[in-house]
Amino acid sequence: MAITPPSERIWWKEPIHKVEIVWIIVAFLWGLVMFFTMIWWHGFGQQNLSNEAYRIQPFQFAEKVDKMIAAHTVRQEGAFPVVRPPPGSDVYLMGRVYMWWPMLELEKGQSYRLHLSSIDLQHGFSLQPLNINLQVHPGYEMVINLTPTTTGEFGIVCNEYCGLGHHTMTGRIYVVDRN
Amino acid sequence: MSITSAFRICPTTGLKVDRAAENLIKVNAVAAVVFLLIGGLFGLSIALSRWPAVHLLPAEWFYLALTAHGFDVLLAWIIFFEMAVLYFASAVLLNCRLAAPRWAWAQFGLMLAGALMANVAVLQGNSSVMFTSYPPLQASPWFYLGLILFAVGALIGCAVFFGTLVVAKDEKTYEGSVPLVTFGAVTAAIIAVFTLASGAIILIPTYLWSIGLISSVDPLMYKLVWWGMGHSSQQINVSAHVAVWYAIGAIVLGAKPISEKVSRMAFLMYILFLQLASAHHLLVEPGVSSSWKIFNTSYAMYLAVLGSMIHGLTVPGAIEAAQRAKGFNKGMFEWLRKAPWGNPAFAGMFMSLVMFGFLGGISGVVMGTEQINLIMHNTLYVPGHFHATVVAGTTLAFMAITYLVVPLIFRREIAFPKVAQLQPYVFAIGIAGISLFMMGAGTLGGPRRHWDITFADALTSFQFSPAAFLMLALNGIFACMAALGGAMYIFVVVWSVFFGRRIGDTEKLQLGPATGSQAAAAVASYGNEGTLKIPGTVTLVGVFFVSFVLYYYVNWKYLAELWPLK
Repeated sequence: MAITPPSERIWWKEPIHKVEIVWIIVAFLWGLVMFFTMIWWHGFGQQNLSNEAYRIQPFQFAEKVDKMIAAHTVRQEGAFPVVRPPPGSDVYLMGRVYMWWPMLELEKGQSYRLHLSSIDLQHGFSLQPLNINLQVHPGYEMVINLTPTTTGEFGIVCNEYCGLGHHTMTGRIYVVDRN
Repeated sequence: MSITSAFRICPTTGLKVDRAAENLIKVNAVAAVVFLLIGGLFGLSIALSRWPAVHLLPAEWFYLALTAHGFDVLLAWIIFFEMAVLYFASAVLLNCRLAAPRWAWAQFGLMLAGALMANVAVLQGNSSVMFTSYPPLQASPWFYLGLILFAVGALIGCAVFFGTLVVAKDEKTYEGSVPLVTFGAVTAAIIAVFTLASGAIILIPTYLWSIGLISSVDPLMYKLVWWGMGHSSQQINVSAHVAVWYAIGAIVLGAKPISEKVSRMAFLMYILFLQLASAHHLLVEPGVSSSWKIFNTSYAMYLAVLGSMIHGLTVPGAIEAAQRAKGFNKGMFEWLRKAPWGNPAFAGMFMSLVMFGFLGGISGVVMGTEQINLIMHNTLYVPGHFHATVVAGTTLAFMAITYLVVPLIFRREIAFPKVAQLQPYVFAIGIAGISLFMMGAGTLGGPRRHWDITFADALTSFQFSPAAFLMLALNGIFACMAALGGAMYIFVVVWSVFFGRRIGDTEKLQLGPATGSQAAAAVASYGNEGTLKIPGTVTLVGVFFVSFVLYYYVNWKYLAELWPLK
C-alpha cells in the first residue's frame, strides 16, 4: 500500500505496466507539442509580445507623454486630452493613480509603437472588450507594435490592484477609419 | 519519560504512534481549521461583494478582506495542515519518534505568532496590499514581519520532518524504502525549503524597505523572486495533496500503487521542475525575454505537468485495481459505481482528483502558455483557475483526510455522520461553480481584485457585457454553497473533536472495506504487469486528454482573433 514501505524491496526493478508506459509517452509528446506551439507562434502567429523594454525614470516617461500630448491633441474630453498621433509613430500611454493618460485615437489598419509605463505603482493594462492584458511597471518602459483592426470605442481598465481607488482607474482608446 | 509511554499502538492500522507527534499533529490541524474558518468568511464576503445585486462590502473593506482571505486560506490554513501531514507521514507512518519535539513546538509557536501578526496588521487597515504585496505599494512592517516569522516557523517544521526521517533510518523503524505517501511528503518538504527560502530572500529586504532602511525594491525583481515563493508554495500543496490521494486510496480501499517506480518518478519531476513556475506571473511583463518565458512557463517542456498527468492515471488506476481485486469486475465502471461514495474521505478525495485535473490542471496549462496569457493575465480567469487547484484540489483533499485523522489521531468518532457524508458534495459543487464562473467572467474580460466593474465612480466608463455580471452573480450563489460546505466541515470536525464519542485504546475501527492487514491480503496478488487491467481508468484518462487538447486549441483560436501585436 501507499502508506507502507513497498512490498517489493527492489521496487525500482519492477516492470512498468503497459498502460503506464503508453500514457507517459503520450503525455510527454503532448508536452513537446505544447512547447513547440509557443515557439511556432513566434514565427507564424500574429499575437506576440516584443522583447523590447527599457529602464526609465518615471519623470522621463511623463515628459515623453507630455510632449506627445502637446503635439497631437485633437480635442478634450472631460479631464482627458484625446491624442491622435500619426500612424507608425511612437505612442505613449501612462498609468497612474487612478487613470490611463491620455486618451488615444488610432487609425484602423495602421501600426503604432505603443510605449507603456507607470509613474507610481504597478498597474494592469486591460483593453476591453478585446481582452488584451499587459502588466505595467514603474521604472520599466514596454514597447509593443500594435495594429488595431476593428473600429470603435475601447475601454482600458486597470486589472492590477493599485490602492483604494483601483476600481476607478480607466482610460479609453478610439479606433477610427482612415478619414 | 520512558520509551514505552511515549508511544501507543494504533489498534486499527497497527502503527506505533509517537505521542509527541500526535499532539503536534493535533495542534497544527486545529490551527489550520481555525484559519480556514476566518479565511473562508472573508472569502464569502468577497464573493458577495462581487455579486452586483448584493455588493456587500465597501471598497476599503473589500480590499482588506481580499488581502486577509489570501493570507489566511492560501498560507495559514494550508501550511498549518501541511505541517500536520509532514509529522504524520514521517513519525506515524514510519513508526518512529518525532525528532526534536521542542523544535516542532517552536515551529507551531512561530507560525501562529506570524499568522496573528499578519492578520492584525491587515485588520488595522493600513496593509491592504493584497496577498502579493507588490512594491511600490507598501504595507505596515508588521505585515512583512508576520510573513517572515510564519515562513521561518514552517522551515523549522521541514527540518524536524527531515530529522525524523534520519532518526527512523537510524533506528531501523521500517524496512526497505519509505512508503510512497512519505515519499510524496519528502517532495513537498524539499519544495517547501526552496519556496520558503525564496520568500525570505525577498521579504527580508522588503521589510527593511518598509522600516526605511532600504530606499526602494525593484518591482520586477520582487515579482520574480516573490513568485518563487507564491507559486512554488502551491506546488507544496500539489505534492501534499497527491500524497493525501494515495493515502486515502490506501487506507479506505487498500489501493496499492500500480508501480512504485512510476509514481515516485512523477514526484521526482515535481522536485526537479516545479520551481520554474514563477514565470507564470511574468508572461506579459516588460524586461523578461520570450525564450526565458517559454522555457520556464512550460516547466522545461512540461515535465512537471507530465508528473501530474502520471498521477492522474496512477491514483485512479490503483483504486480501480483494488476494487477489481475485490470482485467489482462488471463492465468498465462497476469499480467506480460501487466505490464507497458514502464515505466522505473517499468521496472528497475522488472529487478533488477529478476537479484538480479537469478544471485546475487544464486551465493552468492553457493560461500559462506564453501568448495565451495575453487574454487572461489578471482577469478573473486567474482566481477561477487557482480556486480549482487550491480549493477543489488541495482543500477538498485535506478535508477528506480529516475524516480519517479525527478517528485515528484524535481518537474520536465522527459526529453527525449524515452531515459528514453530504459535506464533500456540497463543498465540491460550490467550488466547481466558483471556479467555472470566475473563469467565465475572466474570459469576458472581468478584472480580478476589482471592487466595482460598473465603474460607477470612474472618470470614464466602460460597459462590460451583461453575461459578465451574470457570471459574478452565479459566482456569489455558488460561493454561498461552498461556504455552507465549509461550515458543515468545521461544524462536524469541531463537534467530533470536542464532543464526539471517545474511541477506546484497543478499539479497532472500520474505516473502509479494507483496512490494515486485511487490505494487504486483498491486494497481495496484483500490482505487477500482466495481472492488472484498468480499462475504466484508461477511458477516464482518454476523456481528460481529449478535453485538454480541444480546450488548448480553442484558446489559441481566441487569441488569433485579437489585434496583431508584435
